[in-house]
Amino acid sequence: MTKTYQELNKLCKQFRKTILEIIYNAGSGHPGGSLSLVEILTTLYYLHLKHDPKNPFWEERERVVLSKGHSCPALYVVLAELGYFDKKELYNLRKLGSILQGHPARVYNGGDKINFVPGIEVSTGSLGYGLSVAVGMALGLKMDRKENFVYAICSDGEHQEGSMWEAIMFAGAKKLDNLIEILDYNKLQQESRIEDSVNLEPLKDKYLAFNWQVYEVDGHNIEQIDNALKQAKNSKGKPKVIIAHTVKGKGVSFMEGNVEWHGKAPDKDLFKKAVEEIEKAEG
Amino acid sequence: MVKVLDNKPSREGLGEALLEVAEKYPNLVGIGADTSQSTSLGKFGKKYPDKFINVGIAEQNAVGIAVGLSLVGKLPVVSTYAMFLAGRCWEEIRQSVCYNYANVKLVGTHAGITVGPDGASHQILEDIALMRILPNMTVIVPCDANEAKKAVISSLELNSPVYIRLSREKLPVFTEEKEDFQIGKAKVLKEGDDCGIICCGVMVYESLVAAEILEKEGIKCRVVNMHTIKPIDEEIIIETAKKCGCILTCEEHQINGGLGSAVAEVLVKNYPVIQSFIGIKDKFGESGTAGELMEKYSLKSKNIIEEVKKIIRKK
Repeated sequence: MTKTYQELNKLCKQFRKTILEIIYNAGSGHPGGSLSLVEILTTLYYLHLKHDPKNPFWEERERVVLSKGHSCPALYVVLAELGYFDKKELYNLRKLGSILQGHPARVYNGGDKINFVPGIEVSTGSLGYGLSVAVGMALGLKMDRKENFVYAICSDGEHQEGSMWEAIMFAGAKKLDNLIEILDYNKLQQESRIEDSVNLEPLKDKYLAFNWQVYEVDGHNIEQIDNALKQAKNSKGKPKVIIAHTVKGKGVSFMEGNVEWHGKAPDKDLFKKAVEEIEKAEG
Repeated sequence: MVKVLDNKPSREGLGEALLEVAEKYPNLVGIGADTSQSTSLGKFGKKYPDKFINVGIAEQNAVGIAVGLSLVGKLPVVSTYAMFLAGRCWEEIRQSVCYNYANVKLVGTHAGITVGPDGASHQILEDIALMRILPNMTVIVPCDANEAKKAVISSLELNSPVYIRLSREKLPVFTEEKEDFQIGKAKVLKEGDDCGIICCGVMVYESLVAAEILEKEGIKCRVVNMHTIKPIDEEIIIETAKKCGCILTCEEHQINGGLGSAVAEVLVKNYPVIQSFIGIKDKFGESGTAGELMEKYSLKSKNIIEEVKKIIRKK
């Protein structure tokens, strides 16, 4: 059964709490960029992605590349809820022996045995590499005349990496219309506001100039994300980017728009405070 | 005299290999970066345009795309100048190829000082070191065009990342087409027990020439073609050390971190004997013909002869 927007919003609240809980439990991690990504991932996985959590290596599945690997707590929480792996594993995040590495690893190799991690399509973490990999997947699927889409989830900050623009230029030139990028535009990077380091604007114009189809949405509005994804899937001839305007640390007042919460875990008091706030919030 | 069958660049082995096995591997995809005529990948691209991608001058994208292709079941072979592949893309190769266990083959051509007139910017002398330190990576340095062709074909059998280092310059072809080739299994090309010469790439021919001259002077060298730098053939290194009591390694690469270092790592923990190194001594190259540069940077058979005579006295 497809979930309603209301049900998904409820689920997002739960995801936010679990993200904070597992980062708190791990003692380190990246809450800001995980919280900005919650509605994006929820809409993608619950309403659009062709996949089968019980059969994670199904050949006909669609692929998601989380290029902003540091936001993996959000991805892990969604994957666990969908049944890719046991929810208990979430509490091993960043711990020795866990398949849930600090940044996503496609293969967990803690010893002699190689384990492919269910739901993690590509190891990421070093910024600026995921989009090229997604481009390669999209090309390969096109060569095989498959209709599957490839979804790349990129950060705003990683657009400061030159390798991003190699991939963007290539995808536009080759009209890779089975590639859909979702850009989590939360406006902050590790040390500052993006506009205070190297501004990306005008970002939409840049993508248009590179021959991409561009959609802009409120990245916390499931209906808007859903509609943009529907349109993106129906449009032919160009790669697509959904620029999702988001708030870093969304849902927790003291984290929202605060650079400090890029990469640290809350202490016990702040964790409790954050969870209370999320629970009290409407919707 | 070393029997020379032909004279051609080892990079030609790439195109020949891919054309030969293209039908056997329907998922093969060639990825070039505006250099495919010179790497010889273009030969494959010309015959199979639907399986060939020119990414333009964007090597990092080439490697990322190859990883993506491999993750949807393709068998990508990326080839461009070794400088821009192993050098520029080192982090992509680490993060996206090796860490992902991606089945991507990387063929770096125009490696080493024999690139010649283009000068130091194009003469990568560090790629063996850069590639062999990466987990999950296999590193092969063929000695001529015939061996290059076999290396490429054998690499496709492995379901893991491989780096193959090839040369631009026309070089003597002296290994037989029919000879067996096995990744990780070095070859004894000449027997002897006075000094073990362990070599790779361009230096194999020079080593053989040196060994023949030394033989006439009564010094018998065991010449080992160590075409696979990783995984290295430990057994043959230890055997050679036991037999000869001293080792000389020869490579067209920085002495720091290359074949010589890999051999030393095996010797010190298993059977330490005196070892000496022929290679580039912590320097950049420069413009000149391949021959002039081999001469100036002491990579010729006469340098090997001199070094062998020095170390056998230290045994």
